[in-house]
This record gives sequence, structure tokens and C-alpha cells, in this order.
Amino acid sequence: MKFQLTYKLFGRSAILIEWPAKIQEDIILDIVAFENKILKKSGVTDTIVAYHSLLIKYAVPIADYVNTILELQELYASTKLLKKQAHQLWQIPVCYDVSFGIDLEEIACKKKCSVAEIIRLHTEGDYLVYFIGFQPGFLYLGGLHQNLHVPRKSNPRVRVDKGSVGIGGAQTGIYPQNSSGGWNIIGKSPLNFFNMEASNPCFAKPGDRIQFVSVDLHTFHQIEKEVANQKFRIKNSEL
Amino acid sequence: MIEVLHPGIYCSIQDQGRFGYAKMGIPQAGYMDTYAAKMANALLKNHERAALIEITFGQGKFKFTSDTYICITGGDFSPKINEKLIKMQSVYPIKKDSVLSFGKRVYGARVYLSVYGGIQTERIYSSRSYFKGITQQKLVKGDMLPILPIQENTENSFSRVRVSEKHFRTMYLPCIKGPEFSRLNKEQQRRLFSPFRVSDHNNRVGYRLKECLENNLPSILTSAVMPGTVQLTPSGKCIILLQDCQVTGGYPRILQLSDIAMARVSQKISGDKIQFRLKHL
Repeated sequence: MKFQLTYKLFGRSAILIEWPAKIQEDIILDIVAFENKILKKSGVTDTIVAYHSLLIKYAVPIADYVNTILELQELYASTKLLKKQAHQLWQIPVCYDVSFGIDLEEIACKKKCSVAEIIRLHTEGDYLVYFIGFQPGFLYLGGLHQNLHVPRKSNPRVRVDKGSVGIGGAQTGIYPQNSSGGWNIIGKSPLNFFNMEASNPCFAKPGDRIQFVSVDLHTFHQIEKEVANQKFRIKNSEL
Repeated sequence: MIEVLHPGIYCSIQDQGRFGYAKMGIPQAGYMDTYAAKMANALLKNHERAALIEITFGQGKFKFTSDTYICITGGDFSPKINEKLIKMQSVYPIKKDSVLSFGKRVYGARVYLSVYGGIQTERIYSSRSYFKGITQQKLVKGDMLPILPIQENTENSFSRVRVSEKHFRTMYLPCIKGPEFSRLNKEQQRRLFSPFRVSDHNNRVGYRLKECLENNLPSILTSAVMPGTVQLTPSGKCIILLQDCQVTGGYPRILQLSDIAMARVSQKISGDKIQFRLKHL
């Protein structure tokens, strides 16, 4: 699918490409496919994908930005349909025990349903990875069930544990590091979402999907040990 | 080695920063005043990307456990070797067991200590720049920082330069329009190019400005930001994002500072005046 894109110079050495300002699967997949084409070109140091935009940073200031933009436009138009990228579905174990999911009972109370129903809704479908931002390894996920939308806490916690799974408004996500945070915490994953030991520190990429799989406390600790010993392999399948 | 005797309020190791990792959410980091940092390395004949120590407000005390050469640039906080004042922008041979300390502030906010060959700490994701979660956050008392031994034929034929006073004195920050600049109305644009003062909230992540712009712009869909991006927050306060900023943000991006403007602002302190100046392409 082809979208109407806008190209803007952003600083002296970067171009910002914008798609229609919507959070949509076909848009993010188009961005990722275009990004992969651009990355094959030399002189690009960084790319930053977000919901409807792609930033391309060059190593040196752009001498002729009109021409650079023209080249990018040609690259985008050069194929009728951008090659479909291989994307993965990752199964993410999450322990929804109330000792981790410290806000589960409060959410259940607000939503007038059981804790089990909250967990069922959270693990029911899968979530699209839009992009990584905010913190190293933080995945922006789309697809949270409407009944699970809960406003952020008015007083953010000073410390949220690494691996905590939270809900903030219409978004859900996993804290990759210990940090402060205002999301409602419903569980904890034993996985590393930013693994400095690995050559590729973030296993998931924009366009991939994530499914949360509920595990009990015992399994959580078992996986935690395997992760620490680098023996755990995250279950995944090609989409 | 360099031993950290006192880490001051915020000292960190910095080189040019991390490139190629933004897509994983890893900030660029790197030295804030590129002009001063590159000068320190150039005077020592180091690679311009060699790692050095960035010292906020000249608070810090360091001991050299081997002979080396050093050069101090950036903010002037009356640097002293063994309690004797030394000149800025000059290369000094340092004897083993010498102690570097600082005194009264003359100008600036960040001092750069460059050593012969650069600091040799571990490179993580192709950079030595400190960033919490990737490396340690800042220097702490007792840290031992590896440096290179001096070559026997190293001649003390280093030059000395006079620092550009303008770099520290000028309030003007050259910039170009940001992606959402055109959403500002005439009055907002007029205010944006009048003077602002730096607020108390200023650090390596960004500088928040004191005065407000009347703001009725809605937030944007989260999108890329970078060092030098000026964001307009819902309260009307402007934030100049700097080296340790996140890779994405949700506030309108109204300006983008030039490299020299970022270097200049990093030497400003709370209360200092700044003024954005649009440069045409």
C-alpha cells in the first residue's frame, strides 16, 4: 500500500518522514519496510521508527536536502508494493500473581469484574509492537482490550521493578529496567527486554507481535533462573 | 590510572556518544560541549572522539597514579595541580601522584579533562559514554580509570589556544525550524524569539526554560526527537533536549538547535539568558 508521505528536514543532518497521523498496523508495517530499504544505503547512522514517522539520521550534514528528499521519494515509489518483511510472534510469560500485580485488585474493583477476568482479557489476543522508545528496550504495544483501559496513577511510583507489566491509559507495556513509573502494575515477566549480554539486546522489532502467557509463581522462578543462566529460549513463530 | 578522590555533583566519562542504537531506545549521550571537548582532544593530539571526563560545575578531585599529559577546557573553575593554579586550554605534563582539583567559578558550567590518549574504560555499544542502564551512571569515589602509558618519545610540543569568549558569553542560539514550528501562531513565534532564562531544571537530559509561551497546541503522536530539539510542553514551557534525551517524545518539536548552539547552552547555568535565532537554510 502506498501512503501520501511528507518529508521534512529535521536539523542539519536528519530527514523526518511522516505518514498519516494514525495508529494503524498497515502504516507501521509500511514504515518498517521502507526503513529496511533505507538502511541498505550508506551514510545513514540511525533510524527512529514511531507510530507514523521515520527519522533518518545521516553521518554528516545534508549538503543538498532537496535532492536527498527526491532520492528518498524515488526509493519509496520504486516498487509497487514494499516487500513484506518477516515478522515474529513472541510468547511472553507473565506471572499475574497479586504479589507482582500490585494494582490488579484495584483495577478489578474499578472495572467491577474479577482479577481472573482481567488476566483473561490481557492474555486473550496478541499485541503489535509499534516501536521501541522511552527507555532502552521499552516496546510501544497496540491492541489493549478496551475494558482494560485504566488511567495512569496520579502519583507515579518512585520504583517499579524491571519486568513489571503495566497498563497506562490505552497502552500496555513492560518496564525493561527498574525505574519510576505511573502505570498500573498487573504482573511481572521474568524475561530480559533489554539484554546487554546479547549481540541484539532487543529481541522484538517493530511489526512483530507479542502474546502474554500467564504462568504461576513456581514457573516464573524457574524461567527466571533459566534466563539468568542464558538457557531460556523465548517461544516464537513466524507470522 | 586516574583515581577519583571526590566525584563532585556529577562527573561522567564521555566521548562522541552512541550511534546506530537509537532504534533500541538507546540515547545518544556523549560530551555536551562538543567545541570544548574536541579542543581538549586536539591540543593533546588525541583522536577527536577520545573519551574524556566531563565535570559539572568543577566539582571533583582526581589523582594520577602514573605520568601523563592533561588538558583542561570548557568552563573555567580555576583548575589546580597540587594546589597550584594551571591555565585552561594548555597541555601540562603530570607527574605520578599529582592531584587535580578546582576552585572558584570564573565562567561556564562543564569542564573537560582530557588525558594523553583518552580514557580507556570499556566500550559498550561502540562508545565509552556513561548512560544509566548501559554503563554506570556517574563517577563515584574510588573509581580507577585506565589511561595509556606515555610514549618515551612524546615531546612536549603541544600548542595552546585562546578560548573564544563568545562561546561562553553569547546568549544567541542559532537554530532552524522544527517539524511542528508552522503550528505556532504569529504571537507565539514572536515570543519564541525573545529572550528566555534557564530554569533550575537543567541537566544532561535537557534544559527547561523559565518563561512560558501561551500554548494551545495539542500533543503530537509520539515521534522521534534528538539532542537539540526544542519541545513545547502543554504548560507552555520550552525544553531544550540535550545529549541524554530519550529517542521519542510526544510534545510539539518547534525548533532544532545547531551543534554550536547545543555546545553553548551546555555551558549555561540557572538564570542565564538565552535567545533563539533562526538561521535560514
